[in-house]
Amino acid sequence: MEEKTFTISVYSENNVGLLNRISGIFLKRHINILSLNVSESEIENVSRFIIVVETTEKWVKNIVGQIEKQIEVIKAFYHTDEETIYLENALFKIASSLLFDEKQIQNIIKESQATIVTVSRDFFVISKSGRRSEIEELYEKFKPYGIMQFVRSGRISVSKEKMEISSLLLNELK
Amino acid sequence: MKISGAEAVIRCLLAEGVDLVYGYPGGAIMPVYDELYKFQDQLHHVLVRHEQGAAHAAQGFARATGKVGVAIATSGPGATNLVTGIADAQIDSTPMVCITGQVGKHLLGSDAFQETDIIGISTPVTKWNYQITEAHEIPEILAKAFYIARSGRPGPVLIDITKNAQFDEMDFSYEKCTGIRSYHPKPVLDLKKVQEAADLINNAKKPFIVFGQGIILSEAEEQLKRLVEKSGIPAAWTILGLSALPTDHPLNVGMVGMHGNYGPNLLTNECDVLIALGMRFDDRVTGNLATYAKQAKVIHIEIDPAEIDKNVKTEVAVLADLKEALTALIPLIDKKSHDSWHNEFKEKYKIELDAVIDEELVPTNGKGISMGETIEMINKHSKGDAIMVSDVGQHQMFACRYAKFNSTKSNVTSGGLGTMGFALPAAIGAKMGKPDREVVAIIGDGGFQMNIQELGTIHQTKVPVKIVVLNNEFLGMVRQWQELFFDYRYASTVMVNPNFCAIAEGYYIKSRKVTKREELDEAVAEMLASKDSYFLEVMVEKENNVFPMIPTGASVSDMRLS
Repeated sequence: MEEKTFTISVYSENNVGLLNRISGIFLKRHINILSLNVSESEIENVSRFIIVVETTEKWVKNIVGQIEKQIEVIKAFYHTDEETIYLENALFKIASSLLFDEKQIQNIIKESQATIVTVSRDFFVISKSGRRSEIEELYEKFKPYGIMQFVRSGRISVSKEKMEISSLLLNELK
Repeated sequence: MKISGAEAVIRCLLAEGVDLVYGYPGGAIMPVYDELYKFQDQLHHVLVRHEQGAAHAAQGFARATGKVGVAIATSGPGATNLVTGIADAQIDSTPMVCITGQVGKHLLGSDAFQETDIIGISTPVTKWNYQITEAHEIPEILAKAFYIARSGRPGPVLIDITKNAQFDEMDFSYEKCTGIRSYHPKPVLDLKKVQEAADLINNAKKPFIVFGQGIILSEAEEQLKRLVEKSGIPAAWTILGLSALPTDHPLNVGMVGMHGNYGPNLLTNECDVLIALGMRFDDRVTGNLATYAKQAKVIHIEIDPAEIDKNVKTEVAVLADLKEALTALIPLIDKKSHDSWHNEFKEKYKIELDAVIDEELVPTNGKGISMGETIEMINKHSKGDAIMVSDVGQHQMFACRYAKFNSTKSNVTSGGLGTMGFALPAAIGAKMGKPDREVVAIIGDGGFQMNIQELGTIHQTKVPVKIVVLNNEFLGMVRQWQELFFDYRYASTVMVNPNFCAIAEGYYIKSRKVTKREELDEAVAEMLASKDSYFLEVMVEKENNVFPMIPTGASVSDMRLS
């Protein structure tokens, strides 16, 4: 079976040990997590994990089954890239002098639709949201000028299809 | 009324109906032990000799009774010593609650004396775990622990309680847990799926049932028997399903898997509908998946959604508690018999009888006592009414192949994890859980020495378990593989053993050693007649092999008779 990028979305109770429990499921199967993001979800007190892996559909099904089996997990889903709207965030820290000395930098920022988050005497910080490829492209453009620091977030995504969580929890509360 | 957290732990156990716990004291769990002392009239604590023994004893108790087993240990090494038993309970779906002490909350993360991250360590091998750091959490968390351990597909739960939470006072009230919003242990039965399953079964020419421990865990033994008898379908068991259907039932055709019976393995690849009940298609059952039951339509009735399509693709999956599913299924099944198909099993059994079984049970080749004939001798005297607790290795395969069982929850063995050292402590738990039944532990000379210290527990508690060590002075199963697949290179499988009877006698346990076939009958009779615990060492033929056998990675069709 062909390997593909899958985005796994996990809705769970907010619990101290759950991240360990979920990452262990990947560890046991020797599957590398490409990116991981944990945040509040649209439902109060419910967390949402977004985990990106490259594997086969058979494995991702198996993994989602094992994740759902965890007591504090409410529901887990998996989607292909085509089935989700997704992006990542990146921050670039660049020496302030370049902003004034290298006119080209200003054009790069404009063209890439990145935003300047802060400017100080020594450095400025640029934020860019988008697909991995767009961020990598911007990285390549800045690279010749020197990047002081670079960081990229895990993927965040929403699915095109409905994920029935609210109704699931409402039924539980009835 | 304010009570200490430690007292709350005891009151929670009592509220859950627990009257027996296994454990070992230590610094971080001392407040709980102080309360165990005060409550000893209501809650009996069995002092084991090693925490691993506590975990396996709790498992043996759980497997023989269907109730939740409880083990208690201190922090650090006490907790880590439980881990093998917890892993065993996880893979064999055994309901168990382990309570461990932990250093005080203010010391967490400071590398304090006997501090270890047991939550981190036990996470991959528990159904659920939780660290209590405040006394007031105790009732709610312990209620959840018992609910989770016993509901759905059962499993082990570990609750780690910091010392301050044991000392601190709290207002106690207990409410049993009846549900957790993120946990759905009992799937809603889809009657459409049941009808689909019935249609497949009714139209099948060569249907075949394989049942696992799910039957025992959902207490669906009666339903299984009714299904088998009404449908006339031959039924085979996985190692953990053994005893769910009496072994002498006419439609019971034996065991599937690596050392199972010849017929059920070969005919798995000839049936047209395979009905899998509460089992998980373990690799020791299926052999090579690429050649497993490919011709068959598979019906899988199972409570754990993660097991559906995990190893074997199903035609009809019924996600349900087995008792409920079978109760709904039976009325839809046509009354039938499958005589010619059933005869195929009988013919294969005849082949196995001639090639393997006759010689194993009544050796004629001048060799020493066989393991099979020892099991057969126990059958003769126990009449199939004993609980048999086996360890791991050749003797386990012989015990499971040849033991006779009339009633359920009678076969206690470490299936999924294959934990040597399991049987002696598990037999203690089984006997304490079922004091009216005979409990016989069947152990190899290797496994016996892995938890031999529990003879001390037997001595102290006077629990009358019967221990049979089948001594071939080898780690026999590994030796067999070395003979067959490693050209007789017996790397580290030769055992130079101590005087086992002297050790048993050292613990004041009556003992007897049998070296000659003529003594076996009388020795087994004497053992089973004993009111007290009894140790029987049987010197068996050193280099016998367990057959038939499906070599690792081979197809069930390629089972070897020799």
